[in-house]
Amino acid sequence: MAEYFTLFMGAVIVNNFVLTRFLGLCIFFGVSKSLSASVGMGMAVSSILTVSSALAWVVYNFVLIPYNLVFLKIVVFVILIAGFVQFLEIVIKRFSPTLYDMWGIYLVLIATNCVVLGVPLINAAEGFNFMKSVVNAFGSGVGFAVAIILMASLREKLQYADVPKSLQGLGIAFILAGMLALSFLGFSGMIPL
Amino acid sequence: MNYWEIFKKGIFEMNPIFRLALSLCPALAVTSNVFNALGMGFVVMFVITANNIVVSLVRDYVNPKVRVPVFITIIATIVTLTQLILEGYFPEVNKELGLYLELVVVFAIILARAEVFAMKNTVVPSFFDGLGMGVGFAVAMVFIGAVRELLGPGTFLGYQVLPASYDGPLIMILAPGAFLVIGLMIGMFNVIGEHQAKQAELKRRAATAAGLVVQRSEA
Repeated sequence: MAEYFTLFMGAVIVNNFVLTRFLGLCIFFGVSKSLSASVGMGMAVSSILTVSSALAWVVYNFVLIPYNLVFLKIVVFVILIAGFVQFLEIVIKRFSPTLYDMWGIYLVLIATNCVVLGVPLINAAEGFNFMKSVVNAFGSGVGFAVAIILMASLREKLQYADVPKSLQGLGIAFILAGMLALSFLGFSGMIPL
Repeated sequence: MNYWEIFKKGIFEMNPIFRLALSLCPALAVTSNVFNALGMGFVVMFVITANNIVVSLVRDYVNPKVRVPVFITIIATIVTLTQLILEGYFPEVNKELGLYLELVVVFAIILARAEVFAMKNTVVPSFFDGLGMGVGFAVAMVFIGAVRELLGPGTFLGYQVLPASYDGPLIMILAPGAFLVIGLMIGMFNVIGEHQAKQAELKRRAATAAGLVVQRSEA
């Protein structure tokens, strides 16, 4: 149990995907302009990341390894995740149009996102078992949510600040993310990966 | 538009990292030194050019409704090939780039060029578009890598450039440094862009003013 807790906390804080490994930055900077959108995005990424990592683990261990097709893992994972997200989009659209209105736009963005592809690849490289893969994926998703929600809160406050003209928008967002990364650097080494 | 124009626009006015702000993950992750940045730059240059060529060749046979999955499959195949080649001939580079090499698949810039350019153009312009975008990406990567490596350990490609007594801030080669450097660079490019726009505006005004003078003298 302790092992899983360490893995989870490590993925959320110490090895935070956005701030220490730079994955999922496109969404991180694109969506963090508004807090409510960031909360939705964080939740969507966490849930899809968990499910798609579980799927990828099953395919990797029961199809790719037995048939010696490990070198195809990039192609297979990409298609698997894009297909799953597309499927989810159709299902949600059919059964819950309100939910689709809220989340539909994020689903499209998530389909080709570094985090969602990166975590299954890391799980495969580390040789995690099924439970560990799922815990690692869920932790990474929560870590992404924490980072994007913090960032959105900061950026909403930033609207009242007097930012130099040339840094407005993306420039100051990067510097802000740098400050955030600096504070997360304080956790580094607490849980070795 | 001639080929030189197509090639050039990827380097300056539509630079993938500084102007389009696409594919930022690698720009931060592997730019802690010039060597890695250069390696990643070459990989992306190869993948984006190869993908543009393939997409422009098959575009007539692909149903527009399924184009994105087809593009992604093509990109994933090219990336797998690249990875196998690197693993075989340059294991050092492969180890340094690690996970980020595999993640080249989901770089927005590659899919974007296939969608925006290669889908609508023939092979030769697509080749130059891919090459230009790739070079622009590589140049930006090396630029960021150079700044971070110079300010951090004070070296360039592993050679000591600044005096050995230089004790640079370690943070430049860590995660926060990447964000800060790119943030400031985007600011710098904005200043340059504004300046150029102002110059062009002045030139345009001068030209119209001269035109008015000519018109009057003719009248």
